[in-house]
Amino acid sequence: MSQHTISPEITHQSDHSEGTGRIWKIFWVLSLLTVIELALGYFLYFKGADMAHFAILGTKMVIGALTLLKAYYIVSVFMHLGDEVRNMIMTITVPLVLFIWFIIAFLFDGNSWKNLRNTNAGSKPNIEKIQTAPIKEGSRK
Amino acid sequence: MSTTAIPAGTKWWNGGRSPFNASYGKVMMWYFLMSDAFTFGAFLISYGTIRFSVNDWADPNKVFNSFPFAGHANLPLAFVSLMTFILIFSSVTMVLAVHEGHNMNRKGVEKYMILTIIGGAAFVSCQAWEWSHLLTGEHITLLNDGTLSVLPTTASSNPWGLPLEHSAMLAALQKTPHDQLANIASTIHHTGAEAVHNTYAMSDPELLNMISTSEIHANHLGRPAFGSYFFGITGFHGFHVLSGVVINIVMYTKTKLGHFDQRGHYEMIEKAGLYWHFVDLVWVFVFLCFYLV
Repeated sequence: MSQHTISPEITHQSDHSEGTGRIWKIFWVLSLLTVIELALGYFLYFKGADMAHFAILGTKMVIGALTLLKAYYIVSVFMHLGDEVRNMIMTITVPLVLFIWFIIAFLFDGNSWKNLRNTNAGSKPNIEKIQTAPIKEGSRK
Repeated sequence: MSTTAIPAGTKWWNGGRSPFNASYGKVMMWYFLMSDAFTFGAFLISYGTIRFSVNDWADPNKVFNSFPFAGHANLPLAFVSLMTFILIFSSVTMVLAVHEGHNMNRKGVEKYMILTIIGGAAFVSCQAWEWSHLLTGEHITLLNDGTLSVLPTTASSNPWGLPLEHSAMLAALQKTPHDQLANIASTIHHTGAEAVHNTYAMSDPELLNMISTSEIHANHLGRPAFGSYFFGITGFHGFHVLSGVVINIVMYTKTKLGHFDQRGHYEMIEKAGLYWHFVDLVWVFVFLCFYLV
């Protein structure tokens, strides 16, 4: 192992003699995950019109989960966060837990607005205002 | 996960050592990236909220379906996949540069930094093509005044509303003024600037005859927020990529000048690498939110 010292205060040096095998392995994992995501994206493109609403949503959530897995590999291996000491990992990752609330609360809010729009109590759907000729019921789905 | 062998019972907070076993600069780079993650997260969640709140959001497979030199072929997801793989690959060359830096191999760092810079420049070029393609696009759209017009996709103009019914299009064509008809005629016949002049000289009945209404596709006007969010967020990300390329060029130059060999370590490459990987990380989510779902 080569001798290099960033600061005397850094008391434990990682072992970097392992070679590049792990990096290339993660490259192939990321590529494979992207290919699966694209396959699901094309699946939605070709079959989405015939699918039930919850099946489309489920497929999109699977794509989202694969994206989170990709993010984990990038941060843990490429950014070497997985090799840092535990206290450091926690100060970076624990604040990101806020995103769980952030995403649920705001998407729920957006969905609630859509439901309001589509009732007579809220404003009418935009499509009814700009329509110059009648549109078939159900053709919007 | 950890490859560092740390003795049990190490007293991290007794002074004389970094409690995070990392330099000040590296820890602060991580905190900057965390705050940047919240910025991008807020942008994307705001986009998601608005998208969830409407019935007629644009279909990404229709908006992003072109590829350079492929003409009008319908190729959804193709170009953006290429951009994604470019960025993943440049991430790999960056982490290889960091690896060579750990081994104090200057030639290796130089080689992989050059490859990373090329990857970054390729990505920004792809985005420039995509933007100019959208901004100069020509799509026949029903305006709010009941006439048809030719619109590009910009931060304020969105021709990607719901598809227009055939009967509605026929009715709208009768109301459409002469110069808009001339634009539509030249758009659907894919003619150049000279031909536009020719269609302007034609009479309305001639133009209506030329616009074979059975083969043209028109949409309602879409939400202006679509373009605002798309250009805003991909622009903010693209600016990160551009600044990352500049940082990498500076790092390459400092490597070439031997600054890091004099310093005795290549930690600056590591810190630039953190920023570069973060740019890739954000793209993974932009790719998900704007193109895949």
